[in-house]
Amino acid sequence: MTEPRESPLYDPGAPFPIPEGYASGSRLERVLRAGRFAVTAELNPLDSADLREVYDRAVVLSEVADAINASGANTHMSSVGICALLTRAGYSTVMQISCRDRNRIAIQGDVLGAAAMGVRNILCLTGDGVQAGDQPGAKPVFDLDSTSLLATIRTMRDDRRFLSGRAITVPPRVLLGAAENPFAPPYNFRPLRLAKKIAAGAQFIQTQYCYDIPLLERFMARVRDMGLHEKAFILVGVAPLASARTAKWMRSNVPGVHIPDDVIARLESAANQKAEGKALCVDLIQRIRAIPGVAGIHMMAYRQEELVSDIVQASGALAGRRPSQNPGARPVHDPSIRRTAS
Amino acid sequence: MLAVRLWSVRNARLLERVYAVFEPLFAGLAPLWRRIGLDRAERPIAAAERTIKGLLFDCRMCGRCVLSSTGMSCPMNCPKTLRNGPCGGVRENGHCEVKPDMPCVWVKAWEGSTRMAGGDKIGMVQPPVDHRLKDSSSWLRIVRERADPVQSLTP
Repeated sequence: MTEPRESPLYDPGAPFPIPEGYASGSRLERVLRAGRFAVTAELNPLDSADLREVYDRAVVLSEVADAINASGANTHMSSVGICALLTRAGYSTVMQISCRDRNRIAIQGDVLGAAAMGVRNILCLTGDGVQAGDQPGAKPVFDLDSTSLLATIRTMRDDRRFLSGRAITVPPRVLLGAAENPFAPPYNFRPLRLAKKIAAGAQFIQTQYCYDIPLLERFMARVRDMGLHEKAFILVGVAPLASARTAKWMRSNVPGVHIPDDVIARLESAANQKAEGKALCVDLIQRIRAIPGVAGIHMMAYRQEELVSDIVQASGALAGRRPSQNPGARPVHDPSIRRTAS
Repeated sequence: MLAVRLWSVRNARLLERVYAVFEPLFAGLAPLWRRIGLDRAERPIAAAERTIKGLLFDCRMCGRCVLSSTGMSCPMNCPKTLRNGPCGGVRENGHCEVKPDMPCVWVKAWEGSTRMAGGDKIGMVQPPVDHRLKDSSSWLRIVRERADPVQSLTP
């Protein structure tokens, strides 16, 4: 409880209290609960120990993102590490936990540490198999799966105890997220799997890349029938394709990526494939936004972070909002960073 | 063996019926198992379970069998040992992301569950597996749990 304003004990400088009924009060949660179309964006982790590079990438995303996902599919700087840097500079982050890399002991410790650093959103992932990355000889952990991971963190937050039952004195106040891939078989099972994740604690969903609107529409129709869009906020994954060649490479090498032939044909027939990729992404966002039950988009512009702001602005997804999360972080931004002209 | 494992999924309804007879029968023999001693019975029964379920399901003896909730497709054959559904990496032909020659365990689980009377149990959230139970008999666990729900957590 905070003291009343007239009390001498009232501290006007105290952190903002988490609103009643909110999981974490994160920027993302507030935007979503207000019914606004939210934007999250993935910061692709670097193969470097340079903190300036992290801030350079974050600052271009922060113009349009309500939260920045610190991703980490391969061996790169860790999500915990990137979140430590970003929260230190005041950015709103989504930390990603992959069951591939950590057992339940390490994960629960990371959750407490992350919440203490100021991480307010956590995305619970199974993780790609180790064969998909650059260290196929690694031991895959998979002690938990994404669903039991959600249940574990929810227990820590709401019941104030570890999986073992041991008490937690100050619980981690985090908004829980999960992934879903409506574009991979078994298609009829996907909405039910989403329901399981929501039952286990998922409050927001970030989907795999969407390039197939009819498939997404079928998925969302089932999601609405089951009322799932009222129980969790669904953010659909999007990204610009740099060229038809990149698209073909992605669909045959990145697990779970589905790109229909007509999308590749559209890129191939364009004079400027990169510009066409951007235009295609804007189109996709506008069509996704029109689907009832979709709460936002999740931009995953791998190595194309500089395009994210232009694309989101051009799509009108923000409807005039200006997330510009943290002007205080700008001084660390290297002014020499290249921006593409819109 | 993959061919037998796929047969089991195709015949999930039949196996469900077999389990419906076998499970209460086995649990009903609890006084016998207790007379022999649960710990003494553990080795031969675990060996029998490993042989039978190994043949039918490629059972990995996780010690906490969930076959009746997974369409008779053993989730421990998933390279990620997922117990709550498929990952996002399933290939368009329904095969596994990690082992491209193997049909996804969860695609099969979904098929099997649609054939079963109690197939909707696939929607239940499964807790993480207790690794202490590995190689122990899940049949005897049912007997142990009925006798003493708390003590039964350790093998």
